[in-house]
Amino acid sequence: MLPAERSDAAVRFADAAVQVGGKTIWSGVNLTVASGEFMAVLGPNGVGKSTLIKAALGLIGLSAGTVTVLGRPAGQTGKEIGYLPQRRNFDAGLRVRGTDVVSLGSDGERWGIPLPWGDRLFPARRAARGRVREVIDLVGASAFADRPIGEVSGGEQQRLLIAQALVRRPRLLALDEPLDSLDLPSQASVTALISAICREQGMTVMLVAHDVNPILPYLDCVAYLAAGGAVCGTPGEVITSQTLTALYRTPIEVLRASDGRLVVVGEPEPPARHADRHAGPAGHP
Amino acid sequence: MSWNIVADVRQLFLFSFMVNALRAGTIVAVAAGALGWFMVLRRQAFAGHTLAIVSFPGAAGAILVGISATVGYFTAAIAAALVIAAVPRSADGRARSGESAIIGTVQAFALACGALFVSLYGGFLNGLTNLLFGSFLGISPSQVVALLAVATAALAVLAVIARPLFFASVDPDVAAARGVPVRLLSGVFLVLLGCAAAEVSQITGALLVFALLVMPAATAQQVTARPMASFWLTIALGLVVVWLALAAAYYSVYPVGFFVTTFGFAAYVLAAAGRAAAARSRRLRLAATPAGSTA
Repeated sequence: MLPAERSDAAVRFADAAVQVGGKTIWSGVNLTVASGEFMAVLGPNGVGKSTLIKAALGLIGLSAGTVTVLGRPAGQTGKEIGYLPQRRNFDAGLRVRGTDVVSLGSDGERWGIPLPWGDRLFPARRAARGRVREVIDLVGASAFADRPIGEVSGGEQQRLLIAQALVRRPRLLALDEPLDSLDLPSQASVTALISAICREQGMTVMLVAHDVNPILPYLDCVAYLAAGGAVCGTPGEVITSQTLTALYRTPIEVLRASDGRLVVVGEPEPPARHADRHAGPAGHP
Repeated sequence: MSWNIVADVRQLFLFSFMVNALRAGTIVAVAAGALGWFMVLRRQAFAGHTLAIVSFPGAAGAILVGISATVGYFTAAIAAALVIAAVPRSADGRARSGESAIIGTVQAFALACGALFVSLYGGFLNGLTNLLFGSFLGISPSQVVALLAVATAALAVLAVIARPLFFASVDPDVAAARGVPVRLLSGVFLVLLGCAAAEVSQITGALLVFALLVMPAATAQQVTARPMASFWLTIALGLVVVWLALAAAYYSVYPVGFFVTTFGFAAYVLAAAGRAAAARSRRLRLAATPAGSTA
């Protein structure tokens, strides 16, 4: 059965295409994420993985086809999507606590200013504050949430931002390169966290990544994106020499190392460069 | 000056020029503190300085053509804010790299225009010093009313946009994804900042606006990372600095801008030194605990 035929889809792209500035980023994309699944979106740099996430959020309109999210057209799902955009780290001099950044996830777009002593007057605000503490606990950030966010490490910032995306109990979590700029232990622990949240809260997760190996053990399915379409399915189905060669129309070989790690040879973005991207200083400043 | 504190303070309120100065200073300290807090958070100090500099040719030009300097201050600063807001930005509201170059160009041209206007007026040197370095003499009751009206309007708008503006300042990508009009807020904020810069210029002079726009906010943000606490601390610091500076200027022959700046600077140095000392004692405490327990 093709994934596109499933009925309990959280996200479904059908013959979708996107143009930015008159240039087609990708077209003919058919892709389905089933409800409650942990999916990774993979592909070479510049193929439009972030654009795919933004199209699902309704931040970028399609030039052809449709995208349905949680049963509705993209852009009409508002609070039900938690979004973590691709980013650089916070400025080291930013004197705002992690807790405050997480709180913005719950009411940041509301007009006006919170009244002093509002916690005592409004039960809803007390509940919102309790929820902020709860998600900070959930992502294991309690120890550093009260420090200025610019002073904590990249991995700790990423945990706080995941908490921010989770505050309003979204049904879909869209994470754009949450592992980029993290050292390898942080990549593993953040992925384990996301996977645990996905299972325990029954949340659908779409995660953009450039290296499949740190996340491979946790994934339900993967989608490889190319200019002319996408293939999705279980990692075993998709990450094969045959599938990827057909998708990218260039000879690609998938090798499996003795420890189960996959090495994709011939992909437009060579795996050797992945190691370089993580070679920089990581962890605490 | 008698060194009898009660008598000295009472004397400050004896003359109407001093009462006007204290009223104006209070209004300006609150407006500058509130807008300056966001300016420091958003790292737009250069834009804030330019808005203040631009108020100098505004005031000089207004005097030259014979209208109220107050009108000149606000018109020029708000016009400049709109120009800076019109600089092309990326979709998420962050300025492109060209912004500081454009702001710098505007600033240099504005200063030159101010020099020209003062020269055309007849090179009245004392007036020039006051425009650049501030004066608290001769603030009229109507000027106080104008300062109050502009400050009230600016603070009312700020109260409405404060939370989304904070969101857009700290986390523009997520804010934009949540439907916060990041670009619009950025423009509205610049206009409000223009109002505040023009107000401060009238007390400290165009060149010393940072004394009230940057120093209290930077000091408060050194002291605490809690947004609400540092916001109110900013305003309290601004008020204390302005009141002390006006009192000091009253009892001395030196310009008020010097005292505002000096007291603001002293507060900042104390806060930065205190923070460094606190960080050092924390490091020592951590070093004293067994290795591994802090990792």
